Amino acid sequence: MSDRYQQLVNTPIGRIVTKQVGLPNPPKLERYEPGQPPISGPVLLGAAPGGRLAGAAAAVLASIGAEVSTPMQDDLRKAAAGAGLDAGIFNSEAAPSEKTFKALVLDASGIDSSERLVEAWEFLHPTIRRVRTCGRLIVLGTPPEDCGSPAEAIAQRALEGLVRAIGKEIKKGATAQLVYVRPGAEAGVESTLRFFLSPKSAYVSGQVVRIGAPIAGPGQTDWDRPLGGKVALVTGAARGIGAAIAEVLARDGAHVVGLDVPAMADELAAVTGALGGSSMTADITDADAPAAIAAHLQQRHGGVDVVVHNAGVTRDKTLGRMSQELWSTVIAINLTAPQRIDQALFEQELVRENGRIIAVSSISGITGNAGQTNYSTSKAGVIGFVGAWAERAEHVTVNAVAPGFIETRMTAAMPIAMREAGRRMNSLSQGGLPVDVAEAIAWYASPASAGVTGNVVRVCGQSLLGA
Amino acid sequence: MTSTARRVAVLGGSRIPFARQNGPYAKASNQDMLTSVLDSVTTKFGLEGQALGEVVAGAVLKHSRDFNLTRESVLGSKLASETPAYDVQQACGTGLEAAILLANKIALGQVDAGIAGGVDTTSDAPLVLGEDLRNLLLDLSRAKSNASRLRLLAKFRPQQLVPAIPRNAEPRTGLSMGEHAALMASQWGIAREEQDELVVRSHHNLAAAYDSGWLDDLVIPYLGLERDQNLRPDSTVEKLAKLRPVFGGPEGTMTAGNSTPLSDGSAAVLLASEAWAAERGLPVQAYLTAAQTAAVDHVHKREGLLMAPAYAVPTMLDRAGVTLQDFDFYEIHEAFASQVLCTLKAWEDPVFCRERLHREAPLGAIDREKLNVHGGSLGAGHPFGATGGRIVAGLAKALAERGSGRGLISICAAGGLGVTAIMEASQ
Repeated sequence: MSDRYQQLVNTPIGRIVTKQVGLPNPPKLERYEPGQPPISGPVLLGAAPGGRLAGAAAAVLASIGAEVSTPMQDDLRKAAAGAGLDAGIFNSEAAPSEKTFKALVLDASGIDSSERLVEAWEFLHPTIRRVRTCGRLIVLGTPPEDCGSPAEAIAQRALEGLVRAIGKEIKKGATAQLVYVRPGAEAGVESTLRFFLSPKSAYVSGQVVRIGAPIAGPGQTDWDRPLGGKVALVTGAARGIGAAIAEVLARDGAHVVGLDVPAMADELAAVTGALGGSSMTADITDADAPAAIAAHLQQRHGGVDVVVHNAGVTRDKTLGRMSQELWSTVIAINLTAPQRIDQALFEQELVRENGRIIAVSSISGITGNAGQTNYSTSKAGVIGFVGAWAERAEHVTVNAVAPGFIETRMTAAMPIAMREAGRRMNSLSQGGLPVDVAEAIAWYASPASAGVTGNVVRVCGQSLLGA
Repeated sequence: MTSTARRVAVLGGSRIPFARQNGPYAKASNQDMLTSVLDSVTTKFGLEGQALGEVVAGAVLKHSRDFNLTRESVLGSKLASETPAYDVQQACGTGLEAAILLANKIALGQVDAGIAGGVDTTSDAPLVLGEDLRNLLLDLSRAKSNASRLRLLAKFRPQQLVPAIPRNAEPRTGLSMGEHAALMASQWGIAREEQDELVVRSHHNLAAAYDSGWLDDLVIPYLGLERDQNLRPDSTVEKLAKLRPVFGGPEGTMTAGNSTPLSDGSAAVLLASEAWAAERGLPVQAYLTAAQTAAVDHVHKREGLLMAPAYAVPTMLDRAGVTLQDFDFYEIHEAFASQVLCTLKAWEDPVFCRERLHREAPLGAIDREKLNVHGGSLGAGHPFGATGGRIVAGLAKALAERGSGRGLISICAAGGLGVTAIMEASQ
């Protein structure tokens, strides 16, 4: 699982050689440690005049206790003052070059025509090179489908290209995201801004997220233990990404019910036992598995708050050589089982108010991979699952993560050429870690993410595939 | 004892032209220059040989022998020697604070009339023995035996003869005032060009005031100098743009052009009760109606060293029941162009006004056309103790000419201090 190339290029000699020869230079990504603040350096908040999100962003930055500056722009200063944000002033014409930022946050919701896109340039041109290592760019906008005029919708849609291109330019482990916030949902940005500002989103870049009306009223969030008192079911929890999900949800306060196949019972018990959680074994493709899971959750916990459909398998063969068994196994585990489990939970009304359904898709489901027709089909189906349920479910949010190249036993077993290609062909020039996927899931799971539904966020370091 | 405060009339003042450090006043002492302005005020109002209630003045850079600088100056002046006097010292706020102290005594009926002023020389500056040599000499004076005296003398090293030059640095931060101002400029994002534009206005306004004769009765020639030596009537933004930064590093925005130079000079004003002025048939130019000092914590809370006036003024406005826009003249001491701009931006900034001043709404912008209309410290120079007297006398004349209206004075000072006042025309 160790990335020897990354270790090599981060030695003093390695750095010189990579620079001279122009090899990819994967930086060591900062990752979250419990107890550390969401962001470790100053933040610059900007806004195109007429926007509606600067105040909400300022309130989040004040809540985080971040050191914030803004340009001397009256509406922006008023928004900051209104949010109780004690923001300093930044003037690119007067600031020395050593004035740098850990994050840039731009409220672009005021940009209502393509002519005004230059306002994004005006903010970013003098500041983008002031972004520190593992820094963050977050652009806030209005979903094009919610825009008042075609010109506004076009301009807001254009922001996607800007953010994705910056993600590829920015280097040094920094990331760029676009967060579309529906009118009226401004107050629901906190969990998302915290996630994207923090090292928790280390391997997420070039993503577009939509925040809508919350499915539950605002409650008090304990940002150190947002899932305190919550019950989370994690399928495939015995190892790899599933174990990491269990760990992160438990860190955030959840009681984790880990589920895996009976053959993995010992490994599973070791994972959940260390987390103070509980475990149950089942083959989720069995006909009676959904009922058994529902009964377990009903009897032990009276219900469930967070369901993470992580269990998944690959059975790779090109389609002409693939047996029906290989096809059906993958579809049954990856796509059909989650639907059956949800059906059982919904029928018995076991998913509690402000609940979460979180699925694990894959880049393979977005791009389609040769040799993985079954897997790509199942993971594209998971995206469909999100779209279908997010619209229909009333008191739960439904989202998915789509991991790219994640350093696991599965990827460690890949042939070296494929492995190296997978690792390097993304904006961060390295593979992600299971925890990166888990952190994204924990963001969805947070009770404060009540307006985050219907999203498929890739945890892929902005992979060049299917971008 | 009177039960109500009396109105405090400003009758007028005068100053000597301000010289640059080691210029024409290189050999003039603080006492020479202070005596000179006391005499010109005395002569101007026909007070020769008369005793006033008191004279209050001070200097920032002072010799230890000048412990009674103002009293000694009075003794050497044309005033009656029976005029009491005392020194004050509040960094660059000294001159205005002197006027406020005198005004308060007049208001309370403790004094009927007096002169307030200030002086400074950066040329005839005190030199101090190095700390090692000073301690050695003090130990020597305490020594009881020749043997111990010899042992102490053996500790003497020639380099101890190098005197400690008084530095223009904040004791608790070690930073010079210019470096502090550069920090403020950076905090407030003040660009070089804005600063240089303010400098040009200061020079041009001052030059116009000289050219029109407006300053003729305010500035009395001294030691061959008729106008402020620092004045550059032909100053332009283009010329200023060529200067290299002196504070804030190579990318800094502050130059010798947009910072006041070290200078020498003195100024004084005559304050009195209305009755005292009426008895002598002296017209009242203006009234000093409010004053406020404030201080900031530039050490632990990292507030800008020169931001105290931004705090003092709102407090004073509230007490006086007026807004920042209710003024016809704004006299903001230009220690550095950036200081003025930081102050103005602070009053316009919703965040500063809410977080620091705890006000719902910003104080707002001022009409820049009313700012330092007869020049400011950037053009005239800034002998620390003399600036308050220069401003009070100039503002009184401007208000008298206008016949109505109100003027605001704002002066920043070392140590995180601010001294501010309001003057109103006599109607």
